[in-house]
Amino acid sequence: MTPARRDALLWLAQRWSAAVLALCLAVHLAVIIYAVRGGLTAAEILGRTRGNAPLAVFYGLFVVAVSIHAPLGLRAILSEWTLWRGRSQAWAMAALAVLLFGLGLRAVWAVVQ
Amino acid sequence: MGVTAGESSAQEAMLDVRVWHGAEHGEFRHYQVPRRDSQTVLDVVTYIQRHLDPALSYRFACRVGMCGSCAMTVNGVARWTCRSHVDQVTADGRLEIAPLAHLPVVRDLVTDMRPFFDKWARAKGRFQGATTRSDPVARVPPDTPERRAVDAAIECIGCGVCYAACDVVGWRPEYLGPAALNRAWTLVNDVRDVSRLERLRAVAAEGGCLSCHSHTSCSERCPKKIAPTAGISGLKRACARAALGGEL
Repeated sequence: MTPARRDALLWLAQRWSAAVLALCLAVHLAVIIYAVRGGLTAAEILGRTRGNAPLAVFYGLFVVAVSIHAPLGLRAILSEWTLWRGRSQAWAMAALAVLLFGLGLRAVWAVVQ
Repeated sequence: MGVTAGESSAQEAMLDVRVWHGAEHGEFRHYQVPRRDSQTVLDVVTYIQRHLDPALSYRFACRVGMCGSCAMTVNGVARWTCRSHVDQVTADGRLEIAPLAHLPVVRDLVTDMRPFFDKWARAKGRFQGATTRSDPVARVPPDTPERRAVDAAIECIGCGVCYAACDVVGWRPEYLGPAALNRAWTLVNDVRDVSRLERLRAVAAEGGCLSCHSHTSCSERCPKKIAPTAGISGLKRACARAALGGEL
């Protein structure tokens, strides 16, 4: 793959993940506002989330979008504000993507299992 | 009745002008310049050079907004000095005149434009046709979307104002900048040109159109009222389509 094609596809991935994040955040905030009416406890939250497959899919998608979007955004910031570029930066951002993905899925699993 | 050059009177309104002296390192020097009706910033600089500091270096040619050589930073904003009237840029009679940002300073108000035009070359800003002078002249209908896109962007005269106004150029020195990308956009839409893919590869690479943040400073500052941001967005779409299609 040429560097130009790689950069263009990464740019598209960041745009598409941003669109998914915008939708996920809107739903997330709306559900929070709806759910906390009259107070909310951890037991109530877990009562709704445990065994809830649609919720697992929704937050799984959220985690995937974050894992794509955040490292690509950080890559752009690092390239603009520091001298860190190139292969080492790319590997570090890939590691960050894996870390975010792992931690995110672990959090989702913790509330739906 | 106006005061002739070099004369001043006690009643005459004066401008308090600070002008950059030196190259990358230097200092601002103060001058008092008589205020005139319909006075441009270029008139002020010329007055200083002719009457107060003959060693002051600056660049201009046409004085009527055609050549694009007199752009400077006036009170913090990049603009053509020949088409900037003093009363448009200062309310209190103070002027600070510096060379264009993001370019090496040769001396005083003169910048080295080579990095700016080198980026036009990097963005494949040269027309590449497939016909010879023996072939018939190409007929390009004026109402096609491609021709309209070219029309909107073609009047650039390469003054460097957009380049100096661009935040991304300041952050990423390798960034091609609005003018070079605007030029590439006109050629991407030129139906006679045969280097489209090569050009898209050039502008999609590191430091190309995908680095643009759409701050629109270039469109805001362009004295020709061109919107390079729109062209850069068009390039982003063209690069994305080409990448998805496996062409890049």
